[in-house]
Amino acid sequence: MLDYGFVIAGFGGQGLLFAGKFLAYAGLLENREVSWLPSYGPEMRGGTANCNVILSDGPIGSPIVSKPNVLMVMNGPSLDRYENSVYIGGRAFVDSTLVTRKIVRDDIYGIYVPATKMADEMGISGLANMILIGSIIRQTKCIKEETIVEALKKVIPASKANLFDANYKAVRAGLDYEVKEDSYGNDIRHDW
Amino acid sequence: MSEKVLMKGNEAIAEAAITAGCRHYFGYPITPQTEIAAYMAKRMPKIGGTFLQAESEIAAINMVYGAASAGKRVMTSSSSPGISLKSEGISYLAGSDLPAVIVNAQRGGPGLGGIQPSQSDYFQATRGGGHGDYHILVLAPASVQEMAALTVKAFDLADKWRMPAMILADGTIGQVMEPVTFDFDIAPAPEKPWATTGTELRRPHNIVNSLCLQPEELERQNFARFDRYAQVEKEEPLCEEYLTEDADVVVAAFGIAARVSKNAVDEARRQGIKAGLIRPITLWPFPKANFAKLVGKTKAIITVELSMGQMVEDVLLATKCRIPVEKCNRAGGMIPSSERVLREIVEASQGGEIPW
Repeated sequence: MLDYGFVIAGFGGQGLLFAGKFLAYAGLLENREVSWLPSYGPEMRGGTANCNVILSDGPIGSPIVSKPNVLMVMNGPSLDRYENSVYIGGRAFVDSTLVTRKIVRDDIYGIYVPATKMADEMGISGLANMILIGSIIRQTKCIKEETIVEALKKVIPASKANLFDANYKAVRAGLDYEVKEDSYGNDIRHDW
Repeated sequence: MSEKVLMKGNEAIAEAAITAGCRHYFGYPITPQTEIAAYMAKRMPKIGGTFLQAESEIAAINMVYGAASAGKRVMTSSSSPGISLKSEGISYLAGSDLPAVIVNAQRGGPGLGGIQPSQSDYFQATRGGGHGDYHILVLAPASVQEMAALTVKAFDLADKWRMPAMILADGTIGQVMEPVTFDFDIAPAPEKPWATTGTELRRPHNIVNSLCLQPEELERQNFARFDRYAQVEKEEPLCEEYLTEDADVVVAAFGIAARVSKNAVDEARRQGIKAGLIRPITLWPFPKANFAKLVGKTKAIITVELSMGQMVEDVLLATKCRIPVEKCNRAGGMIPSSERVLREIVEASQGGEIPW
């Protein structure tokens, strides 16, 4: 099956599990097969958090993403840990405010978005996660743009509905942020 | 809830139990299954049910015994060390022929172990777990949808055979979120004339008990129970076979290990290797017939488990050791990768040395 497999990683509290859930809900709305697998336990409490998300047009085998074609990282240790796992030709989306180094590999693409700085400047601190998600949607077309609003409504709990606007603004900012990438628009899905 | 929703495996178990008519849940928190208790705490009071966080696992399982004696659909859940604590109570449930559902979202052991996913309670679950001659029904879901479907089935089977039923899940399937629907045909629970519901002065007392001091009578009970188990072994085994028909190498795995293995089998097929997957859905009764059918056809079996190798013994028994079996296992909370399973398949297909 041709799939998108995401690993989304960083510090606990950066909204990484939420960002992954957003993608999963978007996939569900598009009637695709989806899975979302969070890290749990002391890993999360100790500072690092990550989740694996799969969006697929066919049945999903394992929900564990050992070779992501989309990696999103919001801290240095996560880039160190996952860079080598990215599938050849895959994309690594890096919050360049928080991660100072570039990717080392030359067979994957690095996309650097100063998401934390952008969020601070826009007055939506804490939503760098969704800016990166916007950039991922722009560069990989993993979900349709028209699904974004509905997926946000699904993933934001009713008690926090007032946060919709800020989240939408963040995704929008990521969508509009131009990055330099040679392979823009290439289909990066692959068989697992 | 007939629409497709995204849910964690643990939440799906809780919702499915409620759908199946379970109105009594007794538990004690432990990672990685606490979402079950949290869900029950939220829902039960709204639908006239009981949610009770007991003072310990032992208390919780004995509350289950009480509710089951009264003929109610009742559930408890825990993870590995907590299930060990409940094992005395499970033996008492079996000795009293009581239906109840117990969920074990396994984590690495032994002892207090860790909190990452494991399948190392296979022996404990399929051999009963507590003292005495008994079995419980053991169901092994491999997806969130199955977490729901098998929970409903567990209640039905437990009532049908008057046995405790266990959902043997693991940390991964408990935590993963996938689409699930709750479109189940729920059969009403059967009449339970043995339940202690009050005589209303119209019938003799019902007594639910596992104490029996006359050895002749206790032996009779044991034989009668095993006659029933033989019936269960005939009627209830469940198994998924994937591409096994012409397979030279068959991977045997359940739960999350089967999901990982399926990827490897697909990749092996792409490489031209005739690989297949056999996935027991009931671990007790073990689908022996499905394995026996492989004898004379399959050149090698690879068992993939999140343990040092436990189900492998049932595979050897079911095939009467007539197919070489190779283990591919991780333990302590680690999960074998699809790539590693693939390597084992490739090796076995080339007729590599098999140490068994």
